[in-house]
Amino acid sequence: MALRVKALESLLVEKGLVDPAALDALVDFFENKVGPRIGAKVIARAWMDPAFRKRLLDNGSSAIGELGLQGLHDEHLVVLENTANVHNLVVCTLCSCYPWVVLGLPPVWYKSAPYRSRAVLDPRGVLREFGQQLPDSVEIRVWDSTAEIRYLVLPERPGGTEKMTEDELAALVTRDAMIGVSRIAPRSESKA
Amino acid sequence: MNGIHDMGGMQGMGPISREPNEPVFHETWEGRVYALNRAINAWNKWNIDAGRHAIELLPPADYLRMSYYEKWFVRNMDLLVRRGLVTEQEIRTGKPDPGSQKSTPPLVASAVPATAGRRGNFMRPDKDAKARFKVGDRVRARKMNPDGHNRLPRYAKGREGIIFRRHGIFVFPDTHAHFQGEQPQHLYSVRFAAQELWGTAASSRDSVYLDLWESYLERA
Repeated sequence: MALRVKALESLLVEKGLVDPAALDALVDFFENKVGPRIGAKVIARAWMDPAFRKRLLDNGSSAIGELGLQGLHDEHLVVLENTANVHNLVVCTLCSCYPWVVLGLPPVWYKSAPYRSRAVLDPRGVLREFGQQLPDSVEIRVWDSTAEIRYLVLPERPGGTEKMTEDELAALVTRDAMIGVSRIAPRSESKA
Repeated sequence: MNGIHDMGGMQGMGPISREPNEPVFHETWEGRVYALNRAINAWNKWNIDAGRHAIELLPPADYLRMSYYEKWFVRNMDLLVRRGLVTEQEIRTGKPDPGSQKSTPPLVASAVPATAGRRGNFMRPDKDAKARFKVGDRVRARKMNPDGHNRLPRYAKGREGIIFRRHGIFVFPDTHAHFQGEQPQHLYSVRFAAQELWGTAASSRDSVYLDLWESYLERA
């Protein structure tokens, strides 16, 4: 593959269709400038600030604009709130739609046949595979991203974090929790 | 089209294989394929729906065998030729055709930081386009099997659900993918009970939400 890609790139550069420096900049952007830490900032702010949380749930796209994320914008971002009784899980069964503006590019498993096929049919089994045993009393809502709406899960704030700063909270937030395949474990009191 | 890409509800695909500390790109060429795709998009010779459809058109065995970015590479080759940016001879020889003019790339490196992280706006507001359904309405996803691009997964066809949210008016992928215009339609979030989709073995509490265009739906 490497050779075939190199051959295509050379052709496109020689034809003046792409600028090789733009390709370098794009790779750098997606390797270093976007990623789950952006989403984690959003979640931590929502945990700290109830008014922001409300705005985020009302209109995800405009609320994340408040965080001053330079150059990052998703026009159609919807944030889904996990509670003690409701757990949200995001998938794209048809391709690989993913809220990359706030999470970066998706991991291979998210784009893979096993996840895409099973998340809608057996979300509880998928969650078990990720080490999460959800009680029967919890309602699971699976969101199949069939259009241009992108979904981000707002995980429950774990117990034992009452005294944490926003940055400390952001460090607890995982990519998987924001996809909804995982929950964030409570902190033991000694760490809080 | 009822292609292999429409895999929601299939079984036998195996366990979900996760990789701790996964890199964004596993190989340098994957990053180049991703970047090439983004850079070529700046020519506006195709759109996101046409791009998705080109992957759906891969033979099913290839679709399952190829890695994600391999599919992207093949898709780009296909669209570059079909949309006239590159000739088949150029792909074969790896050289620009004799006498062909050199273009100027529309995307330059200095524009990347300000543009790469912004997704497009697919909403097309139109105050005269009345929504057929309102929140709470019972609807059924139509039994339809168009052989072109379509975003109604098989597992929902013929199933009943409830309008959960109105998203507004959005570009319609079924025509957009085939360069037949945006033909915007109302888009709805529709809640389907898990038992309606999968039978009584599913939890009575659970549900699946799909974003569906108005013409995919009928009143139930």
